[in-house]
Formats: sequence, structure tokens, C-alpha cells
Amino acid sequence: MSELLAGKKGERRLLLGNEAIVRGALEAGVALVTTYPGTPASEIGDRCYEISRQTDLYFEYSTNEKVALEVAAGAAAAGWRALCAMKHVGLNVAADTLMTLAYVGVKGGLVIVSADDPSLFSSQNEQDNRYYAKMAALPMLEPASPQEALEMTRAGFQLSEDLGLPVILRTTTRVNHTRGAVTLGVLGPRPGPGHFVKDPFRQVMVPAVARQAHARLLAAQGPARARAGASPFNKLTGSGPWGLVASGVSRNYVADTVQELGLADRVSFLSLGFTHPLPEDLMGRFLAQVEQVLVVEELEPYLEENLKAVAQARGFTGPIRGKGEGLFSRLYEYHPKLVKETIARHFGVAYEAPVAISPDAVLGVPLPDRPPNLCPGCPHRAMYYSVKMALKDLGLEGVFPTDIGCYTLGLLPPLSMADFLICMGSSISTAAGISRATDQQVVAFIGDSTFFHAGLPALANAVHQGHDFLLVILDNGTTAMTGSQPHPGVTLTPPGYPGRPIPLAGVVRGLGAEQVWVVNPFKFKDTLTATKEALAAAGVRVLISQAPCHLYEQRLTGKKRRGRFQVVDKCGECRHCLEYFGCPAMYLKPGAESPQMLIDHDLCSGCAFCVQWCECIRPVKKSEL
Amino acid sequence: MSLRIYCTGVGGQGTLLASRLLGEAALAAGLDPKVSETHGMAQRGGVVVSTVVLGDLKSPLISPGEADVILGFEALEAFRALDRGHAGTLVIANTAAIVPYPVATGQKQYPEVGRLMDLMAQQVGALLAFDAGALARRAGSPLAVNMVLLGALAATDTLPFPAESLLAAIRSCTNPKFLEANLKAFDYGAAAARDEGSWRRRPGG
Repeated sequence: MSELLAGKKGERRLLLGNEAIVRGALEAGVALVTTYPGTPASEIGDRCYEISRQTDLYFEYSTNEKVALEVAAGAAAAGWRALCAMKHVGLNVAADTLMTLAYVGVKGGLVIVSADDPSLFSSQNEQDNRYYAKMAALPMLEPASPQEALEMTRAGFQLSEDLGLPVILRTTTRVNHTRGAVTLGVLGPRPGPGHFVKDPFRQVMVPAVARQAHARLLAAQGPARARAGASPFNKLTGSGPWGLVASGVSRNYVADTVQELGLADRVSFLSLGFTHPLPEDLMGRFLAQVEQVLVVEELEPYLEENLKAVAQARGFTGPIRGKGEGLFSRLYEYHPKLVKETIARHFGVAYEAPVAISPDAVLGVPLPDRPPNLCPGCPHRAMYYSVKMALKDLGLEGVFPTDIGCYTLGLLPPLSMADFLICMGSSISTAAGISRATDQQVVAFIGDSTFFHAGLPALANAVHQGHDFLLVILDNGTTAMTGSQPHPGVTLTPPGYPGRPIPLAGVVRGLGAEQVWVVNPFKFKDTLTATKEALAAAGVRVLISQAPCHLYEQRLTGKKRRGRFQVVDKCGECRHCLEYFGCPAMYLKPGAESPQMLIDHDLCSGCAFCVQWCECIRPVKKSEL
Repeated sequence: MSLRIYCTGVGGQGTLLASRLLGEAALAAGLDPKVSETHGMAQRGGVVVSTVVLGDLKSPLISPGEADVILGFEALEAFRALDRGHAGTLVIANTAAIVPYPVATGQKQYPEVGRLMDLMAQQVGALLAFDAGALARRAGSPLAVNMVLLGALAATDTLPFPAESLLAAIRSCTNPKFLEANLKAFDYGAAAARDEGSWRRRPGG
């Protein structure tokens, strides 16, 4: 039984922000949840998957965020409460839906979670999705803690129904992945069947209908702003002349600064949680009691710009600062000391920051890094190796547009098999563009989940337009990087998983690709032959590298390691495995007279790949283990 | 009261479980803990950091120079975390090393652990350093380094709740299969903290 289904009203629990969002949705009686996995939102989907196995909650890992939002929008149109969760760049994929869904509106409450990632801990950009709320004219709530994540999610559904609009719950990694004390409420009633009420001249967005809808959307801003003004999520505390404004996790840093520097009597703090539409009357009251303002927000000056507009309209002429030299940056996430220093410096408050120790300086040399790496036994490393060797044997150099997944770690040396990456699915079409503009050998890499997410239209285009490149689909049978969620191409699934498999090779051929190879990347000789054939041919060529993610397979099947291998002969000056393969189970024997590689038996996965191209490696007999 | 605990280690060492247990124990003791985690790099050999902040503070993050306690699950990572510490910080470090890839392949050198500990002792308020890996193995679970370090931390009387709160959290939140080994590991850690020989620098020394 999922722990999120248990617990009485008033009970205190330590919940992850993402878990609190799920609990909040359950307390609001959510009927349907959709998602595409993406850090830092992934746990929302994973917890909902477990719950969907135990209750009547409908949950799906959709093929991409646009699909996820549309499934949720359809359910909401029929009166069900629905939640759709994604990371920030996922909202880009769903943006077409979002912008016009604002016109169509909802009947059942719809909460859209946008999990932003300041400092790009696991993303390709750090865009500030608060602007989506502004652009789409939708209400937005920003929690600063797991407790608020629960309350705002729960309240978001009613707010959505009252206004007839989807509500954006905008988080950042520091909320999604923080565990904090949360007080539970009561689980909401389970929903009955929905019903779609026919109203085509309000729900089919042809121009004549959409013109009315746009006017209605703008008319809804007044009531939405009134709700922001009355919302318990917006607070003005203190009456001092120094104005501080913040939303999201920055509120925590401001609160800590005010407490630690003893500024409570000098500060008026406008702490915002309902941040679109903004509560202009409350902002006006705030401005009326301060002499100057410092806005503390990560990434873009969203609050700052809006506050300046309000100030202009209400005749406030004091300085309003936020971003700038000596102030706050538009780059990366903040931390407590940075906010403390900036506030202290800006208002002229004495603050002696603790002097940070520099480990490199203390040691006298830079510390060795600990970069992440593909796991021992990863099929991606095996496939990358074959491509490298094939190109080397043919005397060719490749250009490698790549995509998003575990395999992106192929960027790092010694593999160095990534040259260009923009977003989900960009490998295929950018390969087409590069190949069109050059005479270079283009080999694109995409994963199986990414292929279903964004690769289908891209491959159809490449085939139809007659582009010329080799596409390697790295099919490890799961969406690995985000925690091994399923997708339509997955055949090895957890027991009871209801999704129907769609074989990937059939899809590739169905899209018109005629030059298709399917290989097991751990069979080196066959894979090398197929790769060379593919490189020698012309037009759209698809090589499907199929072998399960070793960790995922082990977790699901309990399969034990097949064996171990060891380097038994002298390496001499070779260094081949270090320069072309880079398995983390291989290491240089410390203190050896001449360089000698060894294999660590605790790390070796027994994939038996290295033994196929290195004469010095042999299997270790069971009796020797 | 405010207490900032910075936990750092290599993926797979159970850093996140340790910080979660500290959070659960604090919650049960009526406190309002904030626990932050870094996800995703665990299975790929990278560094995993989590923080536990107790007291009136609202932020879960610990800035450079602000950690009161550093729990270092691995020797190099304990040293790398020094930038979070200050002259009064208590550091509890596992002296066992997990060699990072650039070292394993001869590109970089792993500094001598004894030297790392000596240098650390000069920078911080107190340093408790011992081979938590060996103690975990002796307790019956090589993966129980986190339990050893929690036991050591509990024995230093730094936490605003008794060791029993942590033990209760371990009993309710961890896999029953490993409970016996975990509790043993916790005790070995506590014993290490009570052993004069484990202290490279005593508090106030």
C-alpha cells in the first residue's frame, strides 16, 4: 500500500516535495494523472503509477508532454480532475496545447506541474517557466516547501474549476527534491464517471469561436487577480521601509536572512505564492509602506518587471532593484549565503560571511573529479565502441548529433561520441541538416524512449525528404536516466504493467526506412559488420542497437551476473581500452612497473564485451572467484 | 537552535537514506527538518550530496562555510566538502576510499588518505575519522556505511534528539532483511566515536 494513501488528517510526515504534490492531488480527489518522466518531476509519475495499481486512479506515462497534457485536457473537459506533470522543457513540448487550452478552458480542475531546474542539474537549459503563465494568461502558484506544494496542489483544483482555466503549479528542484514536514489532510472522494457536454461553439477553436474565447480569457483575468489578492498564499509581513519581494524558494532565503541579520523591524516582506495574475492591490499596499525595494528571485526578473509596472501605475518613485551588477544574477540557483550577502550589501547592513575553506588550496593541487559515467555493462558503451571501430577501420571521421538520455554521457572522453544536442529528438533532424550542408559522415544517436517521444515525425521527414545519414537507435528497453519508466517500445515490464508494446523495428520500417539493421550490441563481430555496411550505404539508414539496460533487467528479473573477466596477459604500451572504451570496472594496477590494466570484480557486470576484442582478457573460472 | 548537517558520498553508499533517517528522527522529535537531495547521479558513479537543516531556518541548502556537521561517506568526498565547513565544524569521515574513474585510469592521483585527514584536522573544529567500510563489513553488510556514520554522529551528542530516535527511524524505515546488520553497524559507529583513537582533533582541541 503506497504510504501516500495512508495517514489520518493532522498527521505529520516527512515528504518529498513531489510526494506532497501527489498527496495534495489525492486530497483533491484527482481522477487522472499523466506525465512524461523528467528530473526533477519524475517522482510524481512514479508514485502515481504505484497508486494507480492500488486504487482507481488512472495514470499513464505518456509518450511525450504534449500528449500527456492533451489526455489530461480531454479528461478535464469531461469533468474529471486531472494532473499533468513535467519538467520545464517539457512545457515547451506541450506549449501548443497549453496556449489554446487556455482558450478552450476546463470543466474538471486541471493542475499542470512545471518543474523548473535552476542551475540545470539535469537539463539542457534553465528557462524560467513563470513566463508561460503570463503568456498563456493562466493562474500560477509557486510553492516554497513540501507543505506548500501539498496545499497549493490541493487548492489548485478548486481554483481551476472556479475560473474554468488550467492552473500552473510552478516548482523548482529545491522544492521537488526537498523533504520537509507535511501535515496531511483528508483523501478526497473518488470520482464517478465524467460526462462530456457538447458545446462546440465554445470548445472548437476555429477563428470565429476563438475570437470569443480570447475575450473570455481576458475577462477571466479580473476574477483571477481578485483570487490572488485574497489568497492565503500571498503574505505581507512587517512594516519597515526596506521592501523585499520574493517567490518560490527565494522566500526561504529571504526569511532566513531577515531572521539571522535581525532585520524584522526594518523590513516589509512581500512573500508571494500566487504569482499570476499578481495581486496588484497587495503590491500597491506594499509599495505604499516602503522607501525602496529589492526583489529576490532566481533566473528571470519576472516579479521585478511586473512590480515596476505596478509601481509606475501607482506613482511609486523609489528604487526597485533585483537583477544587475552587485545584485542578483539571472544565472543559476541561489543559496542562503548569496542572498544574505546581497541583501546586507544592498541595504548597508554589517555582515561578516564565514570564510569558506578551499579544499584545492588546502591540498595544494586540484582534487581529482568524480564525473558520472555509463555503468559497467551498459549497452550504449558497447555500441559506441563498435561505431568508433567501424569508422576507424573505414578511415572515416563521424559527426555525432546526439539526444537526451543516459547515452548523452557518451559526450565524455574516452567515448567522445556526441557533437550536437539541442532538445528531445533533435538528433534526427539536425543530422539531416548537417548532412545536407556538408560532405561529412553523419551518425546520429537517439534512445528508445526519446525516439517515441519526438523521433517519429523526424524519421518520417528524413525518409520522405531523402536525407542521408545513419541513425543509431540505442534501445535499452526502458527510459533509464529518469528511473526506468516504461514507454511504448518496452517489452520487459514490471508485473501487471498494462501498456501494450509497440515493437520499435516495426515502427521504423512502417515509417518507410528500408535500410534497417537490428543488432545485439554485445555481439561485437556481428555489430561491427552491420555498422560498416550501414556506414558504406547511402540515404536514411537505421541501425537498432537492442540490449536491455543491465541494471533495469537485474532489478526486474533478479538475474545474477553471468561471470567475471580478468586481464591475464601483459598490456605493454597498448592503452586501447582506456582510449576507446572507458569501462569503469577497468583500472590501472597501482604501483605496477609498466602500465597494467585490471578488472574490478565488484564492478564488472559480466557483459563479456571486452573479451571479444582484447586478447589479454579471459573469463575467470567460477572456482577462481 | 540551528544545526546544518552536510552529507556527501559516492552513489550507492546510502547518503540519501542517511539524511532521510535524520529527517524522520527529527520529525518524530517534534522538530521541523528540511532535507535536500541530489538525485540521478547515484547509479552513474558521481557524487551524491544531501543536507539536513534543523531549527528555525527555512532553507534546506547549506552554503559554503555554513555546515555545522559534515558526514563524509568517502575519504576524498569528505575532503571535497571542506568548502562547506568552517573552523568550528564537526567532521565525521570514512577513511575508506572509492577510486574515481580519472584516478583508476591513471589520469589523476588519489591523495594519500592520511594526509587528507591531517589537513582536514587543521581546518575544522573536530575530526572523527575511521574506516567505516570495515565496520560495515564486520556488521554483516558492506552497504551499511551510512548506519555506521549515523551511529557515530548520534554518539557525539550533537543531535537535538536522542540516539533512540534515530534507531526508531532505522527500525521503521529500512528493509527488515537488513535490520540486524544495520543496528550492529550503528553500534560499531557509536563505539568508534567513543574510542579516543578515532579522533584526529577533539572538539575544543
